[in-house]
Amino acid sequence: MSTAEASRYDEMLAPDGSVRAAYRDYEQWLERQDPAVLRRKGSEAESFFRRTGITFNVYGEADAEERLIPFDMVPRIITGQEWRRLSRGIEQRVRALNAFIHDLYHRQEIIRSGRLPVRLLRENSAWLPQMVGFTPPGGVYTHIVGIDLVRTGPDQFLVLEDNARTPSGVSYMLENRETMMSMFPELFTQVKVRPVSGYPRSLAASLAACAPDGAGPKPTIAVLTPGIFNSAYFEHAFLADQMGAELVEGSDLRVVDGRVQMRTTDGFRPIDVLYRRVDDEYLDPLTFNPHSVLGVPGIMDVYRAGRITIANAPGTGVADDKAIYSFMPEIVKFYTGENPILPNVQTWRCADADSLKYVLDNLADLVVKEVHGSGGYGMLIGPTSSKKEIEAFRAKLVARPENYIAQPTLALSTCPIFTAKGLAPRHVDLRPFVLVSPEGVDITPGGLTRVAMKKGSLVVNSSQGGGTKDSWVLDD
Amino acid sequence: MTDGYTCGAMQKPMLGRVAGGIFWMYRYLERAENTARLLAAGHRMTLTRGEDEASQEWRSILTTLGQLADYEKYHEGYAGAQVCDFVLRSRNNPQSVLSMFERARSNARACRSAITREVWEAINEGWMTLRDLLARPVRVTNLDAVLGAIRRESTLARGATHGSMLRNETYSFARAGTFLERADNTARILDVKYYLLLPSIAYVGTVLDTGQWDNVLRSVSAERAYSWLNAGRMDARSIAEFLILDERFPRSLMFCHLAMRENLAALARFHRREGMAHEALARADGMLSGKRVEDIFEQGLHEFILEFIGCNAAIGNAISEEYRFVS
Repeated sequence: MSTAEASRYDEMLAPDGSVRAAYRDYEQWLERQDPAVLRRKGSEAESFFRRTGITFNVYGEADAEERLIPFDMVPRIITGQEWRRLSRGIEQRVRALNAFIHDLYHRQEIIRSGRLPVRLLRENSAWLPQMVGFTPPGGVYTHIVGIDLVRTGPDQFLVLEDNARTPSGVSYMLENRETMMSMFPELFTQVKVRPVSGYPRSLAASLAACAPDGAGPKPTIAVLTPGIFNSAYFEHAFLADQMGAELVEGSDLRVVDGRVQMRTTDGFRPIDVLYRRVDDEYLDPLTFNPHSVLGVPGIMDVYRAGRITIANAPGTGVADDKAIYSFMPEIVKFYTGENPILPNVQTWRCADADSLKYVLDNLADLVVKEVHGSGGYGMLIGPTSSKKEIEAFRAKLVARPENYIAQPTLALSTCPIFTAKGLAPRHVDLRPFVLVSPEGVDITPGGLTRVAMKKGSLVVNSSQGGGTKDSWVLDD
Repeated sequence: MTDGYTCGAMQKPMLGRVAGGIFWMYRYLERAENTARLLAAGHRMTLTRGEDEASQEWRSILTTLGQLADYEKYHEGYAGAQVCDFVLRSRNNPQSVLSMFERARSNARACRSAITREVWEAINEGWMTLRDLLARPVRVTNLDAVLGAIRRESTLARGATHGSMLRNETYSFARAGTFLERADNTARILDVKYYLLLPSIAYVGTVLDTGQWDNVLRSVSAERAYSWLNAGRMDARSIAEFLILDERFPRSLMFCHLAMRENLAALARFHRREGMAHEALARADGMLSGKRVEDIFEQGLHEFILEFIGCNAAIGNAISEEYRFVS
C-alpha cells in the first residue's frame, strides 16, 4: 500500500473504525437493511437509468454509442457546518474569477501590478481579442461554474479545478437524488437532507436576471446544444425541459434584424439569453472557426451590440486553464483583498526551469497534466504508471515544458461504495454547481460526487470509467 | 375524437425542426406498425396456401413497402423467412422495421423537450425491446411473437402520447404524421391489390378470391371489423367501400383524412392562418367527401388510388414547407 493509501481520509469511518458525525444517521439506517435487497436495488437503478435514457456518449466508441455512468447507492454526506465553510470559499473564488476575467478584458490591472505574467495571456488559446473592452450584460462572465474540490483531511478541502466554461454533470446531481428518493423514500424521512431540486428554477431565474437591457420581464431563454451526438446531450435536453426553455441547435438560429432568432413554425422569434453548450470556437463561423455548423453566423456582432446574453460569456476559458490555476491564490487576494478560504493544490509550472527540474526528478511521485487538457486525458499519474510510460511522458514534457503543470499525488478522500463483497472505500471528488447573476451567487447544497470505481484508482472522470454518487448536505 | 384544442394566448410556436422531428417520429412508428401487419397477413398466406402463391404474396408485400428493388439487389426468390428477415432487420434495408424504430427513437431524443417523459420512455423501451428481439434472425416459429411485439410497442407509444401529451401544436404534428402515414400505407396496399377488388364476373364466388380478399383485410387488421359490420358478406365492392370510405374504421382513407382535417384545423387556429397544407388537404377532400364507392369505380379504382397517394404526398410536403421543418 502506498503512503497515499495509508494516510487517506475516509468520509464515513474514522481511523479507529468509528462512524463520523456526517454518516451517523445514515449508518443506523444502513445497519437495518438486508444486503440482498440493497443489491437488487442496485441493479434496478441501472435499468431505471437505461430506460429514462440518462446516458452519455463516448467519443470513438462505435459499438456502445450511449453508455451509463455507474451510479453508487452510498451517498456522499457533508455536514451543514462543513458546507457553510465550503460555500463561503466557493463564493469568494467565483467572485474573484468574474472580477479577474473582467479585468483581463479591460485594464489588466493584475498584469500591470506584476502579479501575473503577460505571457500567460499571450499563450492562452482561450483568450478572445473580440471581448476586449466589452462588458457582458450584468457584468457577468461565468454564469454557471462547477468548482472541482478534493478532500484530504477533516478540514482540508482543496480546489482542483475551476470549470468556468461549460461545466457539465448537473443533470446527474438532480437525477441521482431522484433515484435515491424513489429507491429509499424512508431514508429521507430519517435523515434531513437539503434539497437540490430547485436548481433548474434557480438556473432559469439566474439566466433571466442576466438578460440584456430591453428584454422585457419574461426573457426568452434557449439552450444551445451541438446535437444528439454530443456526450452531454442528455443534460442539454434535460435542463431545457426542466427550465421550460427551448433546446436549439445551430441550424435553428439565424441573425434577423440584428437579433438572434430561432426558426419556429410561425416564423423567426428572437432569443434574449442563450445558454450555450457549444465551445467558443464553434459559436460563430464568421468570427471563429469558419467551418463550424454548430453555431450562428453573426452572433458575436449581436452580442457586442448588447442584444443577447451568451452564458457563459465567450472568452471565459481564459481563466480556467491549468497555468492560470496556479495563480488563483494570488488572483483571489488581488480582487477580494482576502486570503483564499479554499486553498489550491500545490502546483509546479513546468514552464519555470526550477520547477521543471523538480518535476523531472520526481515524475514517479507526481501527477502531470496538460495545461489545456480536460476529462482526464493526456495526463500522467506517476505512482500508478510503468517505467516505460513515465519515460515516454518525460520525452513529451522535455519537448514542451510550458504545456504542462505538475501536482503531488493527493491522498484523495474515500467514500464507501457497494460491491459484491459489501462496502469498500473508493476515492471521490466533489463538484458543486454555482450560479452567478447581478443578484448574487447561488450555490446548490451538494453537487456531483464523482467516484473512481476501481480499487485504488484516483481517476474519477466519467470518460475513464468513473461513477457518481448522490451528494448530501445535512440540514443540521 | 378529441384531437382539437383551443390555444391560449401565451402559447409560443414550437421550433420548426422539432415540429418536423415529431411529425416524422410518428410516421416512422406508424410505418413500423403497419409493416408488421402486412407481414402477419403474408405469414398467414404461407400457412394456408401453396408455395407459389405464398411467394407471390411476399413479392407483393415488398412492392407495397417499396422495398422490392433493394431486396432484389441482395436476394433471389421470395422465401418467407428471407423476406421477413430483410423487412424486419436487414442492415441492407434502410427501411427495415428496426431502422424505423431507431429513427423514431433518434427523433424522440432530438425532440426530447417537446415530448413527455412517458412518451420518451415508451419509445426508448420499445426500441430496446425490438433491438434485442431483432438482434438475431427471426425464426418462423417466433414470427408471430415478434410481429406482436412490434404492434405492442407502437401501441404503447401511441397510448402514452394520447394519455400524457398536452393538446397543443406538438400533438397536432404528432397526429398529422400518424394519419398521413397511415393513409399512405392503406392506399399502397390498395394500389398493389386493386385488381382483386375490381368488380368482375370472372372472379365471383371462387374460393381463391374470398381468400385473397380476406388477406387484403388482414393486411390492415380489418378482417374482424369488416365481418362484424357486413355480417359475413364478402364482395369486392363492400371491401373497397370499407377500406376507402368507412368513417368508422380507423385505417380507412376517409378516417385518416378526417383526422388530418381536424389536426390541420387545429394548427390553423393556433397560427391564425391557413396555408399550403390546407390547400393540399382541400384537394384530398374533393376526392373523398360525399363520394360513393360507385363514383370511385366509375373514375377507375386504380386511377383514384394513384391520385390519392399523390395528393397525400403533396399534403406532407406542404406541411413541411408551411411549418418550416427545414431552413
